[in-house]
Amino acid sequence: MKNYVDENTKVIVQGITGHQGKFHSGEMLKFGTKVVAGVSPGKSSEKVNGVQIFDTVADTMHLNPTASMISVPAPYVKDAAFEAIDAGIELIYVLTEHVPFHDTMDILYEASRKGITLLGPNGPGITRPGKCKIGIMPNHIFKDGDVAVASRSGTLTYEIVGALTKAGFGQSTVIGLGGDPVVGLTFIDVLKVFNDDPNTRKIVLVGEIGGINEEMAADYIRKNVKKKVVAYIAGRSAPPGKRMGHAGAIIEKGSGTAESKIKAFNAAGVHVADFPADIPGLLG
Amino acid sequence: MNLYEYLGKDIFRKNGIPVPDGYLVEKKEDVRKYEKPVVVKSQILLGGRGKSGGIKFVKSEADLKPAVDSLLGSEVRGLKVTRLLVEEMIDIRKEMYVSFSLNRTERKPMLMATVEGGVEIESLPHDKIFLRLIDPLMGYSDYIAKEAVKFMQLEPAIAAQFRSLLAKLYEIFNKYDCELVEINPLVITGEGKLIAADAKVVMDSDSLFRHREFNVIDPEKTPLELEANGRGYSFVELQGDIGVIANGAGLTMATLDALTLHKGKPRNFLDLGGTDSVDIVIDAFDLVLKANPKTILVNIFGGVTKCDTVANGIVEAKKKYGIKQPIVVRLSGIHEEEGREILKKNGVDAFSDMMSAIETAVKREGGN
Repeated sequence: MKNYVDENTKVIVQGITGHQGKFHSGEMLKFGTKVVAGVSPGKSSEKVNGVQIFDTVADTMHLNPTASMISVPAPYVKDAAFEAIDAGIELIYVLTEHVPFHDTMDILYEASRKGITLLGPNGPGITRPGKCKIGIMPNHIFKDGDVAVASRSGTLTYEIVGALTKAGFGQSTVIGLGGDPVVGLTFIDVLKVFNDDPNTRKIVLVGEIGGINEEMAADYIRKNVKKKVVAYIAGRSAPPGKRMGHAGAIIEKGSGTAESKIKAFNAAGVHVADFPADIPGLLG
Repeated sequence: MNLYEYLGKDIFRKNGIPVPDGYLVEKKEDVRKYEKPVVVKSQILLGGRGKSGGIKFVKSEADLKPAVDSLLGSEVRGLKVTRLLVEEMIDIRKEMYVSFSLNRTERKPMLMATVEGGVEIESLPHDKIFLRLIDPLMGYSDYIAKEAVKFMQLEPAIAAQFRSLLAKLYEIFNKYDCELVEINPLVITGEGKLIAADAKVVMDSDSLFRHREFNVIDPEKTPLELEANGRGYSFVELQGDIGVIANGAGLTMATLDALTLHKGKPRNFLDLGGTDSVDIVIDAFDLVLKANPKTILVNIFGGVTKCDTVANGIVEAKKKYGIKQPIVVRLSGIHEEEGREILKKNGVDAFSDMMSAIETAVKREGGN
C-alpha cells in the first residue's frame, strides 16, 4: 500500500483564518509542505502566510489539491469534511477536538464509500521528514530515517520522536491517529502501509487505554509483520471509568486496560517500553 | 454524559416508547395522592439500586410517605439521593433486554437484545444474546427487527410491538447523539404490553452544543473536576499527593504512569492543552493547589506551548499563591534553555529529561 503523503502532496487548509489554521499553515510551509490554498467563506480576497484564500473547497480544485487539513470548530467539522469529500479530496485530516462521534461515523462512512482516507479527528496529523507535514507536530523534532511511528496521542508522540532523533534514529513516517473513540485510520491501516514501505525498517506504536485497537494491531503484527515493532502504552495507572484527557482514553467495564494491551503486544513478540525514554533502547 | 432514569424516560415518552406513568419528587410536598400501588425509585447513576435498598415497593397509602421520607436525602451506594421517581407498579410477566450502543472497534452502532432481561448483560452467555452491527450507510431497517424477533422467538403480538419499539429506540440513539440507549428490563406485562421499566441513556458529551436542554451537571465528577472542566482543563482527581501539570493527554498519562512505576502517588491529571499563555499556567496552579498536593511536578514538551512561557507562568504562580511546596519542573522542546534559565534565577529546579524530574518529585514527596 502507498504512503498517505509525499513531496507532491498538495494541501488545502479549511479554516485557515482561525488561530490554529493561521499558525500551523505557516509552520507547514516552513517544513516544505505544498500548502496551495486556504478555505474561509467570505475572505476570498485575502491571503494568509502568502497562501490565497477561497470561499469554498470547490473553488480550490483547479489547483489540484490532494489533501485537506480541517481546523474549524467542532460543530462545523462534519459539513467541512462533507465538502472536501464531495469535491474529491483524497486525504482528509481533522485536527479539531470534541467532534461528536456520530458526526465522525457519518464522515467516515461517506469517505469510505468514495475511497477517501480520513485521519483523525483530534490527532496531530502526519509527517514525513524531508517530504511533507500536515498537522501540528513541531518541526524541529524530526530527522529523516527508517523508523515509522503511529500514535493515538500528540505531545507524547513528540516526546518519543524527540527521543528517537536524539538517539540517532530518524523517521520515515510519523502519524497521529487521534484521541477520539471513533477515528478514521487505525493502527492496522497504517501497519499495512509501514509493512509495504521500503523506507521503513522498524515500527513504533504508541497506544493508550480505551478500546481494543492495540489488541487487534498485536494480532495483525503476529500474523503479517516481519519488521521489528516496539510499543508504549499510556494509562497503566489510570483509574477505571475516568476519561483521561482524550475522549477515547477510558477503561469501561474492564475493557481497554493497559494490562490487556501490553499482554497482547508481548504475545505478538512486540516489546513494550515501561517509559517513553526506553523506546530507542528497545529499537537498537 | 449519563442521564438519570427520569430524563431517559422523558425522552422515551416524547419519542413514543411506552413507559410507566410516574412523576418526579424533589421535596416531600411533591408526593401526590395515593391511588394505586407504586414503586419509589432513587435517581442515582449507579446500577444495583434495588439490592442496595434504593427502590421501595408501596402497596398502601400508609406506606407511601414513609417510603419517600426514608429515601429522599438518604445515601444509596455512597451517593446522596435528591430525586425520586414515583411510578405505577407494573404487572411483570417477563423481563427482556434491548440496547443500541457504539461498537468502538467496528465503529458502528450495535443492537443487543435478549429475552433474559433484568440482569447485567455481561453476565449472560453470548449465545443467549442477539447481537447485530448496523451498517451506517443503510441505517436501521425493519428486517433487522425481524431477525431479532426470530432469534428471541417472540410471540406475534409481542413481536409487533417490539419491532415498532426498536425503530424508535434507534431513532433516539441517533437523534440524541447517544453512546448507549438501554432498556433493562423491557417488560412484557400481564396484559401482554411491552413497557420500558428502566431507561439508561448515555449521551456523547461532545454533542451537547446541539442538545442544550440537557444541561445536567455530571454527578460522576468531583467538585474540583467540574471546576477545572469549566475552566477548560482536562482534569481528573486521584488519591496521591504529587500534583501534576503536563501538556497533552498522552504525555500527562505517561507522567502519571512513570510516577506510579517509581512508587510515587499522583494527586491529579491536568492537561494544559496546546495554548501558549502564561495565564493558563497560573490558573492550572490554582487548581492543583486546591487539591493540596505535597509536591508539584510540571512536565512540558514544548511545541505550540513554549517552555519560556511555562517558566514565566510558574514563577508568577509561585509569587501569586505563595507556594510553599517543592515544585519540580521538566522543560524540553521549544525555548527550553530560556525556560530553565528563568526558573533557575527564581530558585526552581528544572530538568531537561523526564526521568530525572520524575525521580526528584518522588524523592521530594517522601519528605524533604
